[in-house]
Amino acid sequence: MKTLWKSGLVGLGIAMISGLGAVSVPTDAKAWEPKKPVQFIIMAGKGGGADKAVRFMQNIIAKHKLSAKPFTPINKPGGTGAEALIHLKNASDPNHTIMFTLNSFYTTPLRQPGLGVDISTFAPIGRMAEDTFLLWVNNDSGITNVEQFVKAAKAKGDAWIMAGTGKNSEDNLLTDFLNKAYGLNMKYVPYKGGGRVAKELAGNNANSTVNNPSEQLGFYQAGKTRPIAAFTPARLPLFSDAPTFRELGKDFVYFMQRTVVGAPGMSKEAATYYRQLFAEIYGSDEWQGYMTKKSLQGGFITGDILMRYWLKEKAVHKVMLQKMGAIK
Amino acid sequence: MEILSLLLNGFAIAFEPLNLALIIFGCAVGLFIGAMPGLGSVNGVAILLPMTFLVPPTSAIIFLGAIYYGAMYGGAISSIMLGIPGASTAVATTFDGRPMALQGKADKALVAAAAASFVGGSIGVVLFTLFAPPLADIALGFGAPEIFALMLMAFATFVGLGGDDVAKTLFSIFIGLVFGAVGLDIISGEPRLIFGDIPGFFHGINFLVLAIGIYGIGEMLWTIEISKGNVVVSQASVSVKGILKNLVELTRTWKAMLLGSFLGYFVGILPAAGATPGSLMAYGFAKQMAKDPETYGKGNINGVVAPESANNAASTGAMLPMLTLGIPGSPTTAILLGGMVIWGLEPGPMVFIDHPDFVWGFIASLYAANLFSLLINIAFIPAFIWVLKLPFTILAPVIFILCIVGGFVPTLSMHDVWLMLIFGIVGYLMRKLDYPMAPAVLAIVLGPLAEPALRQSLLISGGSFSIFFTRPFSSVFMFIAIALLVLPLGKQALDARRRKTERT
Amino acid sequence: MRMAELVMAVVMAVFSLYLMWKSAELPIGWIPGEGPGGGAWPFWLATGMLLCCIATVYRWARRLTPESRSEDVYMDSRAFKLFLLNAGALAAMIGLFHIVGAYGAIPAFLIFYLRFMGGHSWRLTGTFAVVTPVITFLFFEIALQKTLPKGFTDPWFEPIFDFFY
Repeated sequence: MKTLWKSGLVGLGIAMISGLGAVSVPTDAKAWEPKKPVQFIIMAGKGGGADKAVRFMQNIIAKHKLSAKPFTPINKPGGTGAEALIHLKNASDPNHTIMFTLNSFYTTPLRQPGLGVDISTFAPIGRMAEDTFLLWVNNDSGITNVEQFVKAAKAKGDAWIMAGTGKNSEDNLLTDFLNKAYGLNMKYVPYKGGGRVAKELAGNNANSTVNNPSEQLGFYQAGKTRPIAAFTPARLPLFSDAPTFRELGKDFVYFMQRTVVGAPGMSKEAATYYRQLFAEIYGSDEWQGYMTKKSLQGGFITGDILMRYWLKEKAVHKVMLQKMGAIK
Repeated sequence: MEILSLLLNGFAIAFEPLNLALIIFGCAVGLFIGAMPGLGSVNGVAILLPMTFLVPPTSAIIFLGAIYYGAMYGGAISSIMLGIPGASTAVATTFDGRPMALQGKADKALVAAAAASFVGGSIGVVLFTLFAPPLADIALGFGAPEIFALMLMAFATFVGLGGDDVAKTLFSIFIGLVFGAVGLDIISGEPRLIFGDIPGFFHGINFLVLAIGIYGIGEMLWTIEISKGNVVVSQASVSVKGILKNLVELTRTWKAMLLGSFLGYFVGILPAAGATPGSLMAYGFAKQMAKDPETYGKGNINGVVAPESANNAASTGAMLPMLTLGIPGSPTTAILLGGMVIWGLEPGPMVFIDHPDFVWGFIASLYAANLFSLLINIAFIPAFIWVLKLPFTILAPVIFILCIVGGFVPTLSMHDVWLMLIFGIVGYLMRKLDYPMAPAVLAIVLGPLAEPALRQSLLISGGSFSIFFTRPFSSVFMFIAIALLVLPLGKQALDARRRKTERT
Repeated sequence: MRMAELVMAVVMAVFSLYLMWKSAELPIGWIPGEGPGGGAWPFWLATGMLLCCIATVYRWARRLTPESRSEDVYMDSRAFKLFLLNAGALAAMIGLFHIVGAYGAIPAFLIFYLRFMGGHSWRLTGTFAVVTPVITFLFFEIALQKTLPKGFTDPWFEPIFDFFY
């Protein structure tokens, strides 16, 4: 029974990927609705950025009664998302299983080929935002620009501590970039979660971090930390004093996707339903307000375009991980 | 006295009819959720978060705060009645609470837990009110070396916890620490100890799986064997007079209460520590300082009072880094933090200035939540005692089902349920051979906090241990920890020699 | 009891060896400038477990532990029967979770335990077998929104969810 389901679904998946356009979701598809509570898997732990975003979306759904059945957030942070990916891959009911992903969606299958996860089999639902990264220092250091930062970090050598969220994580990729681009030898110390990383910087237990804005915002407003450069194509409105690395002559841009994906083998009707639902959430005042406040960027993309975006990003990450020596 | 006027203003907010109703309702719901094995304050707060969208943010956080408090009270109930800690914060409560229940003093233990929670919670809120900003600054400076030193101190207070057999006690600690290492090694980013490549091990071995396995299933198997399948769990009876008498007797435990409250609060404010180490350390210290340490673990009421006052004080303390730094001190505060973001409030140093009504209304509501949790808890004690009087052949299957559902719910994974059954059976077989089980449960809670802190510190220092002794807070903790480790061993050696000389 | 003490120590020693071997998948040594490798913590702790087991075996040989002197049987036939019945019923219930789901397994377990092990009346057994799953469903699935496994009974619950939402 289950194998029948699956083989049929692979076909469906292919049809879906090739057939569906981007935002234009055909409305003539037979109206499908969830028949029971929907599992909303989070690839990260409780209290982090992804977790907060999912609970925020859950509230938008509940508030505007966008779905009759509830969406139940389930945290599966194990193995940097490996557990979540496997859960989706083997979902017993792919029509009621969706997941909120980060960039570990690309890096974890690349680093652990043994998982047998192929992200092109997942159903592209919708990219809700792209989170931005900045380079942060503590205000006590007196550093206000990248030039001073490079000078100070060079002087300290490997006693310069860069705190981040885990080995080979997004933060590690960025640290590696900075080390290479400026000839530094910063030491990368992994902590659990971006909030903890932000706190280590504010408490002077680290010299610099590459946090998302939402993680440092509180300390920034209290005048404890400061961003000195942004990994974005243009300056962020919230931190207009921080130049981009592009302006500084290093062409490097990096985002963290915040995307909803469906389990491999989700039916066409179900995928259509979720696409419309998350497009509605994206358009809501609450989500737009959340994006402004958290300095999130990126438009809503779905279907084919989202799949192409994934494959492009996956290739980019493969090269980055290879350069780091994390994979062959 | 600016704080006082702010607090009074807060009370005015907390006692608005809607908010007051939410406090009472939240305490009752929290108590119930906390009393279920496997469900703790984290679940309660996470699950009810969406419901708070119906009310203004201040009312919402008041409601969640009340659930948090209620659940902290409730955690003691399953620890005492069933011997199963419902959450890691209530582990230490089982050590003496369970023996008391078996001796027919369940009512006394329950009253003690409720009253101690009240004292701990109240002291915690008062400290919170008076010293929030300066303490937040201290907590901010705490890094990995301090956390490791603190964890070492927590372990050190537990040297004497196991049985007389040192080899078996150490074995229990080690196996707990190894199980705590399963999952992901965050320093190297590699999966670790994934037995048989089963994906269920990626998320590590949840503390609850081991605790419910050992204390729930293992303990039940043990009880069934001892009683030959027919037992009355507790003969306790309960009356208003009895409760009042118990309350009066509790005044004798004031030392343990104060110790627990202050210790719990200060450990609780440290980011990443939370209420569990606080309650464990309170128990350890109370035992070390007692004149009659040998009665601990056999139903000493101080052994219930110390950890219960500590975990409630700590849960208040854990809100401090959450509100002032935006750093959760415990999983529950992590969810509360998420809630604040949803309501459009940015936690962090500015929240006290930008949203005083919110902060002070919340703080005032904690005073009220504390009081109502106490009253509701005491009101329900007769019902709990009645449940204990059910025939064992009815109670046992219901507890088994609670264990299994409780083991499933935190991660929604059957893998954890099977693991729990294995732990229960092996734990039972080992217990028959006098292997102490409590150290393993402690170790699986503290290990995942201690190991990364150790390795982060060593990374920062380039591999040198001097980092633990050159920083002010961590060096103090290290010296206390070492003293605690050495003293009992020295004392034991002395005792042994004395005994030898006496014999000869 | 004496035999059981030895068997347990040996089994646990073997388990420690397995843990050591498994930990050694990651570096277990000291990485200069960084501290211990990723496998060091569990590896050396597992070594500690092994040493404890060896100590227990040594104490067993010298008859130093109370268990190694005890002449009692580890588990008499009655205790063994009770253990098998209880642990077996539990394992069967968990197994049933996969097939018929929580709402089939829970009543089955209750009927077995209350009626056949406890010898309670059919009336009491029936009440518990009906009321417990209903409360479980209302509390966990509706109030707390935690989905329990349902096995092949999954589609039967769709109308129930439709009723509640």
